[in-house]
Amino acid sequence: MLETLFWIIRRDLTIALRRRADIFTTLIFFVIVVSLFPLGIGPELETLRLIAPGVVWVGALLASMLALEQIFSADHRDGTLEQMLLSPQPVSVLVVGKVLAHWLVSGVPLVLIAPLLGLQYDLSWEALQALIISLLLGTPTLSLIGAIGAALTLGLRSGGVLLALLVLPLYIPVLIFGAGAVEATVSGLGGQAHLSMLGAILVASLVLAPLAVTAALRVAED
Amino acid sequence: MSSRLINWFKFSSPTTFYPLAGKISWVAAIIAIALIGYGLYMSFFVAPTDYKQGEGYRIIFVHVPASWMSMFIYVIMAGWAALGLVFNTRLSMMMAQALAPTGAMFAFLSLWTGSFWGKPMWGTWWVWDARITSELILLFLYLGYMALRSAIDDPRRADRASGILLLVGVVNVPIIYFSVKWWNTLHQGSTIKLNEESTMDDTMLTAMLIMTLGFWAYSIAVAMARVRTVILERERSSTWVRELVNEGR
Repeated sequence: MLETLFWIIRRDLTIALRRRADIFTTLIFFVIVVSLFPLGIGPELETLRLIAPGVVWVGALLASMLALEQIFSADHRDGTLEQMLLSPQPVSVLVVGKVLAHWLVSGVPLVLIAPLLGLQYDLSWEALQALIISLLLGTPTLSLIGAIGAALTLGLRSGGVLLALLVLPLYIPVLIFGAGAVEATVSGLGGQAHLSMLGAILVASLVLAPLAVTAALRVAED
Repeated sequence: MSSRLINWFKFSSPTTFYPLAGKISWVAAIIAIALIGYGLYMSFFVAPTDYKQGEGYRIIFVHVPASWMSMFIYVIMAGWAALGLVFNTRLSMMMAQALAPTGAMFAFLSLWTGSFWGKPMWGTWWVWDARITSELILLFLYLGYMALRSAIDDPRRADRASGILLLVGVVNVPIIYFSVKWWNTLHQGSTIKLNEESTMDDTMLTAMLIMTLGFWAYSIAVAMARVRTVILERERSSTWVRELVNEGR
């Protein structure tokens, strides 16, 4: 089972590395969205520090949503997904592998670039730490929840827009606690409680999301 | 005597359920009109004026039952979806489909009346408070469910995909329900408690409960009427529907 997991992660990572442009598109989108806010709101550092957690988190949300469609769509189009579902390996392992690979490709770069964007917003060192930890805990959840939406909208005409409609409401708790952790750190309360909630949401979705994704994939490949 | 008094599975087929739904719809509609009429009379003329909020509080007679219904209908829909996914029954998915617009309407009504109440009481139309935000998410979930349904052409796939979405979204309902307890924000706590004396005048409570029952009856009436059209639409190629249409009923 573990072998399958590693195999599927390696396969997806190899594919992603051969098409590096996809990774950079997501990342550049993230950087641009976050950089647009100071231009729209004005460069006062006081205001920027206030809105930074929310802006960075909303940017991460939108960027990770941008890449969601790619989790299954290519494999669905060339029939690989169907073969994977037919294989004797448990489907949830395949799903976890694919989601993990997706997170490594689209989530981790966001986490790595986020401190730089936080500096643009004049965040303190503690706030940056909270931002990184909250993104580390939150982005895998985004990938897991997003995979449900990606599987449900697989092969539909208006898949992309519909995906946003389905997934964004489910993202809201992650957004609240993720941005809340940074905000609480900035205001000196400590983000421990928010981070614990993020961890709990991650564990819950790690258990439940693969089941939903599996069911949705079976529906799509019927 | 027959060992089975009622054959529960008889009405799980759209053919036999169709005429029954029509009857239930009529009865529920009459009950709904009576209850909502009486409930509105009580809430506007009988219930006393609130000592703190004056006359403006009367919007809760619509607001609270609507909020309850919006959450409750979502849970019912998820229940139908689970039933449909497990037993592969078509009718339960049709029921979920028929309930969705009513649930969305109640969620919207709850937000709308809430903001009407919020303006005089809190001095603002909208607050980003936990309960209001989670109720808004509920409205989005309803809209997402309906959008996903209508985006999939194959009805069987639409049934099962949207059913999965319903089950995923049901985690939001307890969040709304407990939000006033978990987060201490502007939205007030519940005044009606199951296990202790509620902090409300008796006539107010009665009026609110009558309105709730009226909304129940309304939901049943509308859902039954809608499920009939869903059945007709989805069974349009079957003989019994063709005969029904030819008879002009």
